[in-house]
Amino acid sequence: MLDNGLKVLVHIDQSTPMAVVNVLYDVGARDEDPQQTGFAHLFEHLMFGGSVNIPDYDEPLQVAGGENNAYTTNDLTNYYCQLPSENLETAFWLESDRMLSLAFSKKSLDVQRKVVCEEFKEHYINKPYGDVWHIMRELAFKEHAYRWMTIGKELSHVENAQLEDVKRFFFKHYTPSNAILVVAGNVSVEQVRELAEKWFGDIPSGEKYKRDLPVEPEQQEERRMTVHRKVPADAIYKTWHMCSRLDDDYYTTDLLTDILGGGASSRLYQALVKEQQLFTGINCYHFGSLDAGLLAIDGQLVKGVDIKKAEDAIEAELDKIRHGLVDERELQKVQNKTESVMAFEDMSVMNRAGSLAFYELLGDGEIMNTEFKKYQDVTVHDLKRIANVVLQPSNSNTLWYLAEN
Amino acid sequence: MPDRSQAPHIKDAIEYAITLKKPEIFTLDNGVKVYNVNAGTEEVVQIEWIFKAGNWFEKSNNLASATNFLIKNGTSKKSAYEINEYVDFYGAYLNRSCYNETAVVTLHCLSRQLESLLPMVQELFLDAVFPEEELHIFRQNMKQKLEVNLKKCDFVAGRKIDEFLFGSKHPYGVYSIEEDYDALDVDALRNFYATYYQQGHCSIFSAGILPANYAQLMNGFFGSLPFNQSSIVVQEHSIVPATEKKWNIINDPEGVQGAIRIARPFPTRHHPDFPKVQVLNTLFGGFFGSRLMNNIREDKGYTYGIYSFLVNHIHGGAWMISTEAGRDVCEATVNEVYNEMQALRDGNIDPEELLLVKNYLIGTLLGDLDGPFHIIARWKNLVLNGLDDSFFYHSVDTIKNISAEELKTMANKYLQPEDFYELVVV
Repeated sequence: MLDNGLKVLVHIDQSTPMAVVNVLYDVGARDEDPQQTGFAHLFEHLMFGGSVNIPDYDEPLQVAGGENNAYTTNDLTNYYCQLPSENLETAFWLESDRMLSLAFSKKSLDVQRKVVCEEFKEHYINKPYGDVWHIMRELAFKEHAYRWMTIGKELSHVENAQLEDVKRFFFKHYTPSNAILVVAGNVSVEQVRELAEKWFGDIPSGEKYKRDLPVEPEQQEERRMTVHRKVPADAIYKTWHMCSRLDDDYYTTDLLTDILGGGASSRLYQALVKEQQLFTGINCYHFGSLDAGLLAIDGQLVKGVDIKKAEDAIEAELDKIRHGLVDERELQKVQNKTESVMAFEDMSVMNRAGSLAFYELLGDGEIMNTEFKKYQDVTVHDLKRIANVVLQPSNSNTLWYLAEN
Repeated sequence: MPDRSQAPHIKDAIEYAITLKKPEIFTLDNGVKVYNVNAGTEEVVQIEWIFKAGNWFEKSNNLASATNFLIKNGTSKKSAYEINEYVDFYGAYLNRSCYNETAVVTLHCLSRQLESLLPMVQELFLDAVFPEEELHIFRQNMKQKLEVNLKKCDFVAGRKIDEFLFGSKHPYGVYSIEEDYDALDVDALRNFYATYYQQGHCSIFSAGILPANYAQLMNGFFGSLPFNQSSIVVQEHSIVPATEKKWNIINDPEGVQGAIRIARPFPTRHHPDFPKVQVLNTLFGGFFGSRLMNNIREDKGYTYGIYSFLVNHIHGGAWMISTEAGRDVCEATVNEVYNEMQALRDGNIDPEELLLVKNYLIGTLLGDLDGPFHIIARWKNLVLNGLDDSFFYHSVDTIKNISAEELKTMANKYLQPEDFYELVVV
């Protein structure tokens, strides 16, 4: 850790000629003002609009043979670039300057507001079922900031963003003490230490942001909603509140979603798509969010199927998993699958750098190497217990998304 | 305190020597070639069985893709569920995908599970039975999926532009309609399977950490299957492009964006201009720092993103520009695309911009060769297109050495608006 609070992690892999620089900022859509949603994500766009000493981020990186991208979630914002390792210092220069301060260009804000509005339209307005998660988040969360999506609650929040808001957001969240730097690939610890001191060392630490979000009160009774839209087929979306990514029960909950909806041999797919033919497709998953979040099931109905009947069929499967014990072989199947997913995720240096930053945010980069053990420790009794805690009607939110006419 | 106004010294990416690691190749008893890149940091394997069984070979629409999709939905001994459960139990992924010329079955698994999984893959190539009920479910679900997709302007635009370029009867231009799914029957699938899989033409590409007895294993399971015993009759399909060049389609009267596609026919990788145009395309619209992106997204904010790319089929291709833009700025976006073509035809490319593109291309190439899966993907592309690594090295040389003048010549040859089809779907 540098004196200003920036955490620095190094991962060495000399089999590649490349280096990866990953900067994770501990800020996401959950940290936004409810009247100014979509800001963390808009801000991610502005991070490419020039910093205090460098007019353009992308160009010098491309000259150095690099490429980059970034993403924003409800929990965090992550920036990463990859370039030939001889040019590593270019990435330090670029990343440190935009941590020091942005250029706060009016033109960049004007253009990126429009770009984000087009992104909003492309993914959430101009697509069938595009508004589902806007509706569902508002149904499921009454207090917590997960009630809006990263793109923002409405277009106007992004359209109205002002330069002053941008500055305030920057100096509140984009400080060394709110960031984690991971450098990976064909690099050495000494080299990274030296470059980190040189480029990031003199950035003022800023005030450590203290997150104090309202806790979502425990849901007491079932919530339901029906909407009608111009879509070809009815769909059903159900969510239940679940524990946070940091909770010990997270691993059991994760495996539970795999048993229900992880692929072609999962319970929901086999029973409802193949055997009963009520759905054309059905999924079960969760958001893995850092605060307590949601487990979800969504399915699109075969035309002509009664939605009540389809929902009852889902409930019948949930009933089975609440009351019976999962087969040992079935548990082992999803554990094996998890092991293999982890191995494949670790294939590229870029992914490993991103994971390391994420685990450091969770509290310790080392978790990356010990997490599989926690999956192996899950028992069939754990699965039954979590199914009974989470998959209760009183904890559920149901959206019927019906085709007009 | 560092001098932040000065960029650190860089090594130009074009100074890097790039090598494409050669695969090991062995041949099974039946003549099937197996290409292997045995490398990596994780104990995982990827194997692709590639058959000449794409829609180029089908007699009726969707036959190739339906056969490919349903190949793992039942053998005479196992149901679809039993196959899926088996594969999932070993933590593996068995995917299939169907393209124009080829159809692929891909296995991803942990290296130590490979021996348990290969017999299952073998069974699919020996004994898939295509149950009536599975086809029924497939038909029903695909029809509904199609109906949803047809609500999306980008999906509709993607189909129509291919039709304009190649014609609705050509494998590259044909698209699905609901009736095509109704017309599928299990006998046609079983026949297609017998001809193009069971007795078809196969090649195998593998990467990852392979077991020491890999050649022996593969020969044991796949070396005695009747693959590659007769040569496949290559059918000819003639390209019938649209006569009208400009199209406006209203797919959703309330749509807030238009999907824009602007495209012209373009030759295959075998054409001498191909590597040069790859560089020109990058500068024009092929990456985030391209002229199209800088103008239309970063300067005007008309779109979330705009790209141009070369569409590479084995027998012919296209050069395409693709974006979704606000409905009220679609026309302005199209005009700006033509303006950027003109700028490349008439203007001179600044040496700094050219060096940036070259460094970017070489830098990403270095990154793209990271890991066995990326390396085998390059080789697969070369082999399936009848090329070898001399094409790769020639492309690298072209990137490093091409001049602004040559790029201008290419722009004048290929970026002529009258050669392009132009389509906006709202």
